[in-house]
Amino acid sequence: MSTPARPTLAVWKFASCDGCQLSLLDAEADLLALGDRVDIAHFAEATSHVAPGPYDLSLVEGSVATARDAARILAIRAQSKRLVTIGACATAGGIQALRNFANTAELLAAVYPDPRTLDVLAEVTPIRAHVPVDFELPGCPVDRGQLLEVIAAMLAGRPPAIATHSVCVECKQRGTTCVLVARGVACLGPVTHAGCGAICPAYDRGCYGCFGPMETADPAALAKAWARLGIADRERRRALHAYCPAIEPFRSAGAERDP
Amino acid sequence: MTRRRLVVDEIARVEGEGALDLEIEAGRVTQARLRIFEPPRLFEALLRGRDHREAPDIAARICGICPVAYQLGAAQAMEQALGVRVGPAVRSLRRLLYCGEWIESHALHIVLLHAPDFLGYPDGMRMARDHPAAVEAGLALKRFGNDVLRTLGGREIHPVNVRVGGFHRWPRAAELEPLAARATAARAQALQLLRWASHFDFPAFERDYEFVAMRAPDGYPLNEGRIVSSAGIDIDLAEFDRHFAEHQVAYSTALHAGIRGRGAYLVGPLARYALNFDRLPAEVQALAREAGLGPVCRNPFRSILVRAIEVIYACGEIERLIADLRRRSAPPVSPIALRAAIGQGCTEAPRGLCHHRYEIDATGTIAGARIVPPTSQNQASIEADLRDLAGRHLETSDEDLRALCERAIRNHDPCISCSAHFLTLSVRGR
Repeated sequence: MSTPARPTLAVWKFASCDGCQLSLLDAEADLLALGDRVDIAHFAEATSHVAPGPYDLSLVEGSVATARDAARILAIRAQSKRLVTIGACATAGGIQALRNFANTAELLAAVYPDPRTLDVLAEVTPIRAHVPVDFELPGCPVDRGQLLEVIAAMLAGRPPAIATHSVCVECKQRGTTCVLVARGVACLGPVTHAGCGAICPAYDRGCYGCFGPMETADPAALAKAWARLGIADRERRRALHAYCPAIEPFRSAGAERDP
Repeated sequence: MTRRRLVVDEIARVEGEGALDLEIEAGRVTQARLRIFEPPRLFEALLRGRDHREAPDIAARICGICPVAYQLGAAQAMEQALGVRVGPAVRSLRRLLYCGEWIESHALHIVLLHAPDFLGYPDGMRMARDHPAAVEAGLALKRFGNDVLRTLGGREIHPVNVRVGGFHRWPRAAELEPLAARATAARAQALQLLRWASHFDFPAFERDYEFVAMRAPDGYPLNEGRIVSSAGIDIDLAEFDRHFAEHQVAYSTALHAGIRGRGAYLVGPLARYALNFDRLPAEVQALAREAGLGPVCRNPFRSILVRAIEVIYACGEIERLIADLRRRSAPPVSPIALRAAIGQGCTEAPRGLCHHRYEIDATGTIAGARIVPPTSQNQASIEADLRDLAGRHLETSDEDLRALCERAIRNHDPCISCSAHFLTLSVRGR
């Protein structure tokens, strides 16, 4: 028996919009190059070809919302040498985790004629709530360049070069005037993980936090800054509870009342 | 009595998670199901209690492949609710943004998802080794569509610039002009793909669909128009509920939509094309004829050609729209006066008609939402395709029949991620 010449890559989907996997297909020329360097062993959105595990690297998109998926992620972890979560859903629950803050039983009863037939867990959870994760790449969606960097680093066995500072640093790098200080626009940049390249302020709007919290986020300081702008408490909490609500400190700081 | 049951547990090269069940008994297809097990994400419930200004960005998260469809549907529905009329410059820029999404989505489907079926490859990457020119043209085209989205919206997936009342930031001429300059080359690449695909071996298979699409006074429909059908429906988008209804099926987390009193219908490229062939420029019509298409195409396998025609059209539109925008100055964001109201928005997503309906209260908070995405509308027709096609190939081996049925599903480029999010919608507000 010979060992495979190329490392194997698998891509898995859980509750999500497909956008982070699409980032891989959007890599276009790099995707073809990647297809030469790795053996894409499972990537349902891109190929009918399926090879059995174990896999050298699994990329996981989406959060866990059903019992079927809770079992599936265990099986995937067992088959994967390294497992990386890609995007806000897998890393921080994603927008569908907003239902964690409502009464799920009531919600389901209100919307389904027969909720008994549904396989829906009480809470939507990020992948790390179920299995150990080797690296978490944030973003709704992930940045394509960062995704390729993480894949390269994982296959090389080195830590990925992904900055953990806030979006504010990226605004400075981009040369964008601070929308919060100069124009009084509600901006989550000071507490949000870098990676997008500070797109929203460059498009004349505040950051809406789709990359989730930076490493040392201080939502209390942000609350004071937003209060000085006269932004209602409710609006601030709603902003924090959007695309990454299932991860601290956004989880607590966005709750209706302080914990 | 012979009984065959064929199952495909995971349909490849579609967006999202679906399975296929086929049952054949006594020489007859007794059941054909597209079983969607994508976890429901309850968007309709999540939108309730949010500010109306948040709707475009939240709804975008329904689908990473066609976020602009959801952004425009939501923004336009809110504008309708609040009596906001955006001007011609905003409408042109929205159409331009949408052309980028059509090109990106269609190029992805043509070259990476659909073409491998005709040429016998498991994916576009492997197909690229034998067909490098076509795959490179398709990927370059996809990059062009993505660059339109990135320029106008900051990024390709979940762009950030659409807002209720207009755009957050108006693009500068220096950003638009390079796109206009590239549109000619992109159109040539799309034509290359059309001619390449026109030589594929298409199964002889036609279905008598009722086509449903938008239709506008001029131009091929993207972000505005009335809703029309090949059987005579011609309505304002606000009348959608009077003609269309959704129902739940136990085996799927997505709703099935039907025309009241008639049932299955088809949205998407085949429907748009059949109902708007006369809206295509003469030279695009000529290219369609050259590729073997008549003014109506009822063979879903040939939808790959119709997608290529739509990409050619979209490239031409990009040039025209940028020329139009050159003459217009950046409009201010339309002022918004809040009021309790119901608003509807409807656009042609790459996969077909996508209808939004929102109820907002006097503070601008969303009280109810309902979104009908294209794939849930097409499910009944996809299953009818499967029944019909499998019924004509009963002598085929299980493996080949399974592969043929998977192809029949991919013909419609179903976006399963989108469709599964609306099970909730069936139950509320009816």
